[in-house]
Amino acid sequence: MGGLRAAESLRRFGYAGPIVAIGDEAYPPYNRPPLSKEVLAAEVSLEAVAFPQRPATADVDWKLGTKVVSANLAAGTVETDKGEVIEYSKLLIATGLRPKRQDYPNNLTVGRHVIRGLDDALALRAALKPGARVVILGAGFIGCETAATARKLGAEVTVVGPGELPILRPLGREFAAEVKRRQEHEGTRFAMGRRVADLIGEAVVEGVVLDDGTEIACDVFIEAIGSHPNTEWLEGNDIDFSNGLVCDSTLNVRTATDGVWPDVYAIGDVASFPNPIFDDIPRRVEHWNIPTECAKYIGARVAAELAIAEGAAEAVVPEAPFKPIPSFWSDQFDMHILAFGLLALADEARLIEGDINDDFVFGYYREGKMVGVAGVGMRSVVQGYRKVFDA
Amino acid sequence: MIKIDVDMTKCQHYGQCVFEAPEVFRLNADDKLEYTATADDSERANVEAAIDICPMQAIFIVE
Repeated sequence: MGGLRAAESLRRFGYAGPIVAIGDEAYPPYNRPPLSKEVLAAEVSLEAVAFPQRPATADVDWKLGTKVVSANLAAGTVETDKGEVIEYSKLLIATGLRPKRQDYPNNLTVGRHVIRGLDDALALRAALKPGARVVILGAGFIGCETAATARKLGAEVTVVGPGELPILRPLGREFAAEVKRRQEHEGTRFAMGRRVADLIGEAVVEGVVLDDGTEIACDVFIEAIGSHPNTEWLEGNDIDFSNGLVCDSTLNVRTATDGVWPDVYAIGDVASFPNPIFDDIPRRVEHWNIPTECAKYIGARVAAELAIAEGAAEAVVPEAPFKPIPSFWSDQFDMHILAFGLLALADEARLIEGDINDDFVFGYYREGKMVGVAGVGMRSVVQGYRKVFDA
Repeated sequence: MIKIDVDMTKCQHYGQCVFEAPEVFRLNADDKLEYTATADDSERANVEAAIDICPMQAIFIVE
């Protein structure tokens, strides 16, 4: 998605030269939000989630099912798993994340799932039969959304999470407790403050053992415990890898020694970037709108840089820092959460509109200044607060 | 003029489009999406940005 959006953005800002897009998945770019919802809830295919291809990017050279195995930023080249070495003038990195996996003494693989790609969702869909017994490790957004979808499909669901409450970060205690209450009302069971110590079964997963010795029988075990940035292919280059790819305020990838790679940009989940709306600390923001915002910003810069390199006297590289307004949403049963800002920065969260038992809005504050807003329902009200960040 | 179509079976009323093309998209008092089915050509860039930012990919320009 980040790659597709970057290609579209480059064209929109006037770059007409060659674009090579390399991706290790066999599929053309597709939309991930439906994967934990519609794709699980219905028989959905690639066609239903693939992004439409626009005429402006029809000439992009898509190298799908191709993995970049290494890069030499000093030489301006990347190498693919097919042995091809590709030179670049500009390298736009949108390699994203992969799900973290646990390593168990009884490290079974059959009956064990993650949710990230289309293949993952299709495999899980096949396993989520009515009456299936499902254990989900991880009580974040993905874990809770998947729990809701599995419940709707008629599965028995237990969510195991190390924290005290589901989605405690970033929602905060009061909001998170309400999420748990509504999930439980719909039949989801929680084992909070617990970890999965081991799996039970001979060839396929038949259950899990928690760290307190409790055994839970299951047919489907889903790991939803967060993600790793895909940056290993860049190892050996002078890059600040302290959190994904650390970038400056224009999304240029930083060196480990306070410099930047002016021809290398990062897009989306893999990039940690400062956001002047909040402060100057680089952070990765795993929200769906970020790749599109990155691509829009980088497209304008890179198109201008390339035009200048070609001798265009009138081209101007935009210098304003990247400052997107983060936004996320989550659907769990009849609970529709919409949020803006960086809630996790808050030292205080409080109810500012509505009723916690019905629709409501929470404000999130750091040292008294609003850093986020999130609501259940009341979308127009939540949207009204967005302007706080739109300076 | 451009003609805009939203697949209301896909739309989940997240309202992200509202910020990209406020002349075309809005949430009503019930938090449901409402939109103007035709717009001036000058709105095309905004509507395309709304198409990009729609989490459900429910917005289309009918060519």
